[in-house]
This record gives sequence, structure tokens and C-alpha cells, in this order.
Amino acid sequence: MSIVTVQLGQCGNQIGFEVFDALYTDSHCPQGLCSKRENEAYQASCKERFFSEEENGVPVARAVLVDMEPKVTNQTLSKAAQSGRWKYGQHSCFCQKQGSGNNWAYGYSVHGPRHEESIMNLIQKEVEKCDSLSGFFIIMSMAGGTGSGLGAFVTQNLQDQYSNSLKMNQIIWPYGTGEVIVQNYNSILTLSHLYRSSDALLVHENDALHKICAKLMNIKQISFSDINQVLAHQLGSVFQPTYSVEGSCHYRRNPLGDLMENLVPHPEFKMLGIRNIPQMSENSLAYSTFTWAGLLKHLRQMLISNSKMEEGIDWQVRPPLSGLPTLGKASLNRGLHFNMSIANLVILRGKDVHSADLGGFKDSALYTSWLEPINAFNVWKTQRAFSKYEKSAALVSNSQFLLKPLDTIVGKAWNMFASKAYIHQYTKFGIEEEDFLDSFTLLEQVVASYCNL
Amino acid sequence: MPRSTRVVGDGGSISKGKICSLKARAVLIDMEEGVVNEILQGPLRDVFDSKQLITDISGSGNNWAVGHKVFGSLYQEQILEKLRKSAEHCDCLQCFFIIHSMGGGTGSGLGTFLLKLLEDEFPEVYRFVTSVYPSGEDDVITSPYNSILAMKELNEHADCVLPIDNQSLFDIISKIDLMVNSGKLGTTIKPKSLVTSSAGAVKKRHQKPFDAMNNIVANLLLNLTSSARFEGSLNMDLNEISMNLVPFPQLHYLVSSLTPLYTLADVNIPTRRLDQMFSDAFSKDHQLIRADPKHSLYLACALMLRGNVQVSDLRRNIERLKPSLQFVSWNQEGWKTSLCSVPPVGHSHSLLALANNTCVKPTFMELKERFMRLYKKKAHLHHYLQIEGMEESSFMEAVSSLSGLIEEYNQLDATKSMPVEDFPRLSIAV
Repeated sequence: MSIVTVQLGQCGNQIGFEVFDALYTDSHCPQGLCSKRENEAYQASCKERFFSEEENGVPVARAVLVDMEPKVTNQTLSKAAQSGRWKYGQHSCFCQKQGSGNNWAYGYSVHGPRHEESIMNLIQKEVEKCDSLSGFFIIMSMAGGTGSGLGAFVTQNLQDQYSNSLKMNQIIWPYGTGEVIVQNYNSILTLSHLYRSSDALLVHENDALHKICAKLMNIKQISFSDINQVLAHQLGSVFQPTYSVEGSCHYRRNPLGDLMENLVPHPEFKMLGIRNIPQMSENSLAYSTFTWAGLLKHLRQMLISNSKMEEGIDWQVRPPLSGLPTLGKASLNRGLHFNMSIANLVILRGKDVHSADLGGFKDSALYTSWLEPINAFNVWKTQRAFSKYEKSAALVSNSQFLLKPLDTIVGKAWNMFASKAYIHQYTKFGIEEEDFLDSFTLLEQVVASYCNL
Repeated sequence: MPRSTRVVGDGGSISKGKICSLKARAVLIDMEEGVVNEILQGPLRDVFDSKQLITDISGSGNNWAVGHKVFGSLYQEQILEKLRKSAEHCDCLQCFFIIHSMGGGTGSGLGTFLLKLLEDEFPEVYRFVTSVYPSGEDDVITSPYNSILAMKELNEHADCVLPIDNQSLFDIISKIDLMVNSGKLGTTIKPKSLVTSSAGAVKKRHQKPFDAMNNIVANLLLNLTSSARFEGSLNMDLNEISMNLVPFPQLHYLVSSLTPLYTLADVNIPTRRLDQMFSDAFSKDHQLIRADPKHSLYLACALMLRGNVQVSDLRRNIERLKPSLQFVSWNQEGWKTSLCSVPPVGHSHSLLALANNTCVKPTFMELKERFMRLYKKKAHLHHYLQIEGMEESSFMEAVSSLSGLIEEYNQLDATKSMPVEDFPRLSIAV
């Protein structure tokens, strides 16, 4: 089943390019450390999901590019075309000239209605190319005006028009220290709207990706391109093909659907985080070997201690001791900063994948009591290695990962709102103080819900 | 007083490597002919459309009232006609740049009349104003009157103002002079890189001092629009400047600083130079107006980078400089940033910083004082009052407007020493 990607704004389009590039490059890796037949099945599955075929054989990304100013989409289209390996559809792009001015209200209330028809038509065309549609990726940043505001609008439309298909928003969480001054306003407006219309929010944090580039990839002068490539790698490690029940050479048809089913049992809890191990520069990779036991031990601790990468993990954090009576929220059994999960999904790729022992993730102490541990934890596998890594493991988690960042953004936005700063820029385009209050109320509810897991 | 919209080529054709038919999206207005004529006979004569001019002969006599009331009503129709014509040529008109001085009669009076006209005629289009404020040793006696009367208009009808003063520009030139003439080893300057010269020849500067100073302002505008004109990994459009740097409608005065002022020809300088560039942007030597932002309160700050600068360089320097700067409590992370890949000619990178900072308050207070000294004695007042539509109340309203603005800055400054407290959050019944 296919996934159609909508790339919005500068961030969305720059990332979208890296994602398709990473998916393509990985699926065309020479051997992938598996049999030829296996590799071909993998390639075919990836292709069907993310690319469509054109006459001359160059795969076309199943994507719609949207931006309110032309520079980035022009660049993105030509970069893809120049690669000669894959490209975007000639008519898959919608752009305007004036931009959104980092103004969520402008993106949502002005651009949205104005260009609704054109954008939805483009998406419809892309959907029609699919034999079977699984759902949508919507790639957008929260900090700016187009990705955030127009992204929220488009997601709402997708909910109305394609109610049977799934929507996963790939949200870029901005750096804590400003890229955009009004980023906190734009973020809370985005999150509150998406919470009502999206099925899941897969969050990618710039600060975390930046650290990975600095500490693990050893990049000296980190560019947005570097950051986007790490993100693309993480996303690829989740959504590239994995075995269905039948196993070898048979790949899962609907990873998006399966993921939603596994990870989003309740509409109040939609925020997903992603972790991936190992991540390192190509130079370091040549000198490293991994065992599944080692990788999974680290990944589990990354989950429990809410660490964003495999370096600097706090090994002191432990799950609450099971078997002891729970004492409610003030329970002292709960370790410091322990990250409580609702549900987790681990994806394993590479050599000897069937020998990996995932017992550590099935511990009921890691989870809330709502789901049986057998349902709260799922694993996907394939022998086919991902990118350059002989073994790699990814984790998608519905847990308290994003509680602190969310709380921080709401707090900052609230402080600014209390002083009424910048509000006139939003009311100018129809977003009133009441809309802000609604957003705050919804998000405080989400914060409270995750806090009380 | 030239006023320009986005100076972007108008579908010019390229012949023999030179873009011949590019026309500036500009309307040049002056109530005297001398300056405009010089432009039209100079090296840039082909760039300006000779039909997009409005001139008169007698000038405004350094009288805001003449510029605003007399010439305003006289030329209103013509101005509108030429503006509409320019606007028609645009696929998508986003903003107007108004470039003028505050101390004289035409730029100040007719310039601010124009501002109101633009607001009425093109309400959706942003109005960016580059205003040259009179220095202390200004030779126009009535400049305080003109400036205060103009300030009221800027307060009410401009989206964003970049105040400039001649003294600062002059100081920058002096600094460059010092470098050029110091003869120190390794201090040979690349001619093209001077922020004061577009022609490249260092010596030419001395003939026309205002040209060099004006070039600095030209570079300011170039850097301001670079991210909109060229590609980069983090674009910033002009409407984003207003959105991020203007937290309250009246507080739209931005202190600008440019770096580097020149590039040393010696390329063996290590990348420490990049960090030095950030430090320089926060040094008073690089500001286009005399003010002290470091000891005042930041409401917001924009960093617009060009050239080979990546996000990690940006973040490292923000972290480094943050502790020495005071930001208002509700905007502790008040940074807006952009990265444009294309550097200015002659440089590998450059930085334009725009600060919305309470440090403009002393400038305005000084202006008000100079005004009051004149006004108390009623000096030269009759020149203004004899113009139809001008009354003493016009002056009073203008002062009142400025006082209001100063008071807003005062209130913000008062919060400087207060501890930063978080507002109590909404409590949710679980």
C-alpha cells in the first residue's frame, strides 16, 4: 500500500527531498547483506510504497510539494531531477510568491482557503496514481508560517476528504533557542489543531538531531542538510519494508496502519518519538561491530531514561520495581526521570535478526497498565540491512518522551501571551485571543494526560 | 528622495554579458532638480525609468509643512499614478522601501505624506522606512521640528523603521580610513569589499563623502533583501522581519549593524574570523545609529547571515553572546535568524543584525529636547504656521506622539531589573 507525502514550506520540502533520497539510496544498496531475491522483494516493496513508475523508468516520488514562495521548491525539484536516479512529478508542485511571513494565521486563514482547491487537486492526482492508499505523510515545521499554518489547514482537509486513510504528521520541533521569535505561538497553534485532525504526530527535534550530528557523526560545521539527513535516516529505518507474518521475502503491506494500531490506542495520546541506533560517521563505522544484545540494551535504556542518542545515557534510571504495590502518582518506586510508555515499536534490520532477544522491552514495568504487555510492545524485523549498517534498531515510542519539550513550549508561549506581545500580528488575519486560549487549554490537557501516566 | 520597491530586475534581456534593460522598481521624488538630474546623467542613468520621477524647482525650504501639506496635495495624483504604474509591473508586490531624511523638508514632509498615501492605497503592502536622523551638529536649524513632525507619521503609518544617523556612518568611514592608511603588515584591504565603495577604488572615496556614507546604507538594504533574492538553507522574507521584530505596533524602530566593513586581502586568517564577525555585530562601531543596545533591553533581535555560515556556527555564537545581552522577560529567546548562501561581493560571509531595543529611547529623547528648546522660543515657527493646515496643535500632537513612544520604552526598561517570573499556567481538572 502506498503513502503519499505532502511537503510544506521550506523545512518540509528540504526534508522531503532527503527522505526520498535516503529511501531510494537504501533500497538500491548493492546487496543489503541478504540474498538477491530478498533484496529484490525489499526494493519492490519500498518502491511501491514511496514511488510511482514513469515511462522512461525513473521512479517518481509519491509527493506533493507546497510552498508559498518559489525558491525552495524550485531547488528541491531540480536537485532531485539532477540526481538522475529519482525525481518529483513535473506537475506535483504548488507555489506562490509572497510567503507566509512566519505567521501561522496567514498560513492557516489566508493561504489555506485561497489555495485549498489547487492543493487538494494536486493531492488527489497523486492519490489516484496509487493502487491502494495507506495514508499520508505531512512533513512540516512548527516554527514558521507555511508548514505550520497551511500544514494544519491541509491536514484538516485531508481528514475531511480522505477519512478512511491515515494521516501521520512529521513535525519538526524547532531549536529551543530561537530560529523564529514567534515559534512558540506557531507551535501551540499547530499542535492544538493537529491534535484534532491528525492520527499521529511523529516528532523530530532539531536540538536532538543537532546533537547527533555533533557528537555521533562528528560533523564540525553542521548544516541543515546534515540535520535533515539524520532525520531521513531515522524515518527510513522505521518505514522501509519489514517482514509480514509470513517472513522472508514477504513484506508488510501497511506499515503505517500497523504502526497506528500498535502505538495509538487512544486519541488523547498521539505524540510519538523516534530513536535509532547505531548512528555514526562512515569512518567510525568501519571500525565498529555490534551485537543485538548490546544495541538493544542501549536502546532500552534510551527509552527508559529519555535519552535522544546512544551517548551520554543515564544508566541510573530504572523502571519502578514491579511486584510492589503502586502508591499512586507520588510513588517512590518510580525512578527519577523514568519515562513511562504507553506502547513501543522496535524495528530491527540486519544480520541474524531472528536471534535478537527483546525480553527487556516486554517488561510490564515499562508500561502503563492499560494494555497487556503483549499488546503494548511490538517488533518488526527484516534480515535486509539498512543503509550502511550491518545491524540497526529503531524505536518508535508513545511515551513521555515529548512531555518536557511540550511543557516548555506551552510555558514560553503562555508567558509571551500574558504580555500580549505579537498578538496583533495574528488578530490581523483572523486568529483571535480566544483561539490562542483554546489551544492552550487543549495542550495543557495533553500535558496533564502524559504527566499522569 | 528616491523611494524604491523591491529592486529586482524587470525581465531584462542579457546581451553581451551585460543586463541591459533592467529597470529599478523605483519612483524618485524631489522638490528640487539637482540631485535627480545628477543621477539621470550619471553611470546609473539607464537603471532608472525617466518617467518615474516627480520633481519641482523651488524645493521645500527645509520646511516639513511645505513638503507635507503644500507639495503633498499638489503632487498627490501624480504620485499615485506613478506608484500604480510601478505596482502593475509586479507579479506580487510585497513591500515598499521609503528612503528619506528626517531633518529636511521634502524627504521628511513629502516622504511621510507618501507613507499615509501608501497605507490607504496599498493597505496589504508592508512599508519599510530607512530614515536618516539629524545628528547633533546638524546644520539645518529647523531639523528638530521636521523630525518630530515626521516621527508622528512614522509612528502611525510605518511598519518598520531603520533609523540611521550621519555621525555613525562617518565614524565607520573613519575606521576604514584608519585601516587603509595604517600600512600595517597584512592589512591590505580588498578594494571591492569596502562597505563604503561600490566602484572598488579606495581613493575615489574622498571626492564625495556622502557617496561613501550612502553606500553603507545601500549595503544595509542589500543584506536585508538578500535572503529574499537568493537561495539559502533558512530563508527570511521581508514580511518575516515585521512579524518577528515588532511585538507591539508602535515599537517598530530597529537598530542595524553591519559586518564586516571590509575584508583583509590576507586569506590566511583562520575561521576565528567568523566568530569575530558575530562579536562585531554587537559592537557599537558597526551600528548605523548611535545607541547602546548592550546596556539596554532587547525586545527582539534578528541575525541575517550571508555566505558560508551554517546553523552550528549560528547556534554557537548565539550561545556565546546571549549572556551579555538582556532580553525582555517574555522574549528571552528572542532571536530570528536566516542563512543565505550567497555572500556579498568581495566577502566570504557577512552579518546584518537588526535589534528592537530600548536603546533608541535616548535618541528620541534628545530629539525631543532639541525640539523643545526651539519651540519654547517659538523660533522659526511662523514659517510653519503660515502653511495652510498647520496649527500649533499639529506640533503638540507630534510631541505627544513621541512622548507616548518614549513612555512605552520607559515601561519596558522598568522591567529590566525585575526578576523573571513565569505567569501561572492554566490549571486543568484531570
